[in-house]
Amino acid sequence: MEYIDNILFAVLLGAGGFLFAKNIGKIRRNILLGRDVELSDNKSLRWKTMIRVALGQSKMVTRPVPAILHFFVYVGFIIINIEVIEILIDGVAGTHRVLSFLGPLYTFLIATFEVLALLVLAGCLIFLARRNVVKLKRFISKDLDGWPRSDANYILITEVLLMSAFLFMNAADRNLQIAGHAHYHEISASAFPISGLLAPMLSGLEPSSLVFVERFTWWFHIVGIIAFLNYLPYSKHLHILLAFPNTYYSNLKNKGQFTNLESVTTEVKAMLDPSFTPPPPPETPQRFGAKDVQDLTWKQIMDSYSCTECGRCTSSCPANITGKLLSPRKIMMSVRDRADDIGKNMDANGGTFQDDGKSLLGDYITPEELWACTSCNACVQECPVNIDPLGIIVDMRRYLVMEQSASPTELNMMMTNIENNGAPWQFSPADRLNWANEE
Amino acid sequence: MSQPIQVPTMAEMLARGETPEILFWVGCAGSFDDRSKKITKAIVRILNHVGMKFAVLGTEESCTGDPAKRAGNEFLFQMQAMTNITVLNGYEVKKIVTGCPHCFNTLKNEYPALGGNYEVIHHTQLVQQLIDSGKLKVQGGEFKGKKITFHDPCYLGRGNDVYEAPREVIAKLDVELNEMKRSKQNGFCCGAGGAQMFKEAEKGNKEVNVERTEEALSTNPDVIAVGCPFCMTMMTDGVKHFNKETQTKVMDVAELIATANEL
Repeated sequence: MEYIDNILFAVLLGAGGFLFAKNIGKIRRNILLGRDVELSDNKSLRWKTMIRVALGQSKMVTRPVPAILHFFVYVGFIIINIEVIEILIDGVAGTHRVLSFLGPLYTFLIATFEVLALLVLAGCLIFLARRNVVKLKRFISKDLDGWPRSDANYILITEVLLMSAFLFMNAADRNLQIAGHAHYHEISASAFPISGLLAPMLSGLEPSSLVFVERFTWWFHIVGIIAFLNYLPYSKHLHILLAFPNTYYSNLKNKGQFTNLESVTTEVKAMLDPSFTPPPPPETPQRFGAKDVQDLTWKQIMDSYSCTECGRCTSSCPANITGKLLSPRKIMMSVRDRADDIGKNMDANGGTFQDDGKSLLGDYITPEELWACTSCNACVQECPVNIDPLGIIVDMRRYLVMEQSASPTELNMMMTNIENNGAPWQFSPADRLNWANEE
Repeated sequence: MSQPIQVPTMAEMLARGETPEILFWVGCAGSFDDRSKKITKAIVRILNHVGMKFAVLGTEESCTGDPAKRAGNEFLFQMQAMTNITVLNGYEVKKIVTGCPHCFNTLKNEYPALGGNYEVIHHTQLVQQLIDSGKLKVQGGEFKGKKITFHDPCYLGRGNDVYEAPREVIAKLDVELNEMKRSKQNGFCCGAGGAQMFKEAEKGNKEVNVERTEEALSTNPDVIAVGCPFCMTMMTDGVKHFNKETQTKVMDVAELIATANEL
């Protein structure tokens, strides 16, 4: 029976890892529902972009307060996870603080983790307050009604609990060390700058109770981490992983440049040049523009899974600010919702999608949202993980205009004018140079 | 102001066996819209003043297709683009200056994939180059000491990362350049982009141009400087909305330079 803890731990770890891999596999499949797009050029610039934007958080700094708080949580999260290595070894091998042989370095590491844990704790509490007490506009928006708002709070509460468990674990451990309890060998007191302050709260406890607190918080911390890992695929918090590939595959062109539809080029060339021989049509004819997520590129779907719903895009969107229905954040959330729904449909139907009579355009995103966009790129500029809502909006406009002829009447008039007289207004092309002779 | 402007066309130049240094792409607004024509003429006056050999396409110019592309009509865009590219390549055009950031963006970024490769600059960049090379001497003139704020056109600023050229040109006028809270990368759209210029706005509680003009007016400017004919329309309407036409003018950067130097 003496190894029961170790076995239980190993089983939990294995099951957690397996489940996580399985769900990430589903997300990968959902992303690959999208069309292929070539984004493997210019690797050095791609690495640099990823290091600057994802690792270096360069686009967060435009809003200093959340930038600093987010930086605490981000750095804390990464660094404290070094401690998880030790927890994993201890858990499997039944050791206690296996890395403490590192001596002063260990003391330094644990002390650093403690300070970071406090900063993460403070950051998360302030984040909770910004959402639930201060009620910042971008967090009380109707975009987040229901699950998305709870999701954000669950993440923050979980992090608060995990950090509290970590600090109380150290506090109990420290008291046991001082008491000279077997198994708890002495580590320099300077390893516990924060938990040392909590220790008096536990001072009245018997050694057996202290052991219970230490063990309980140890298990709570590591089981919490495994559970949290498995929560990621269902949550906006997935951005902690996808921010990296998503920035690697960033659009490297000028933001003003829209994609070129090659299928259209072929047809236009055939119309303008009688000698042009069009290439054989592709096996599955491609729609013009996007009606559903399968018409988007895999990068556009990856964008949706990378979105953490912070709302910077929407809070800078001129259409949204002036009360229009469009919210770039909601566009991204709808794409993810649709991709998730298609994935669930596939899971339920042995891996093939059974038409559910729905589509991204119409059932998730309405034309009114799309026609409110000024294509100003403010949303693209704002996004801290280089998501491009504008590309999706334009692709859906393309479907409305080219497949359904469903553009607003005034735009139809504008396009007729361009077709007939080479200008968006009704002027004769013969008068184009009249300005040169007018006074 | 009294001197008549000289506007040679590519066809005329070709007939004379000459090649212009640069093609001036006027754009639809610059050709047909009464307010924008004044910007076009200001650009021409600057070019005439420095003696730059330029030409326009005149009646051979046609819409770049920008509003069609932003509206989602890729067919119409590519029809326009390929027709224009045939004309431009026929004249062996190498370098283009535009009076409009939308034409600038489209010609610069979206024509190459369709066979149109040119060096494309916006008129504020050309003016900056002329000043930097000493060809154009600029004085503040009537704008000296005046308060000016510059409204970034989306397709010049965020779209193509050109933020400094218009500001450096304005700074040469010895004015007090006050930035709006939302400027450069964080600039706020005038409301005309993405083909919105040609349609009614969707239902909302405010017009985008009113929101932006309000912000511009909060810097208490004598002039709101713009670099785009569509921003010109939107900001001018915005200033009228607030009944501030007598205090605040809306002017293109080219007009500021031409007016200050009495060209």
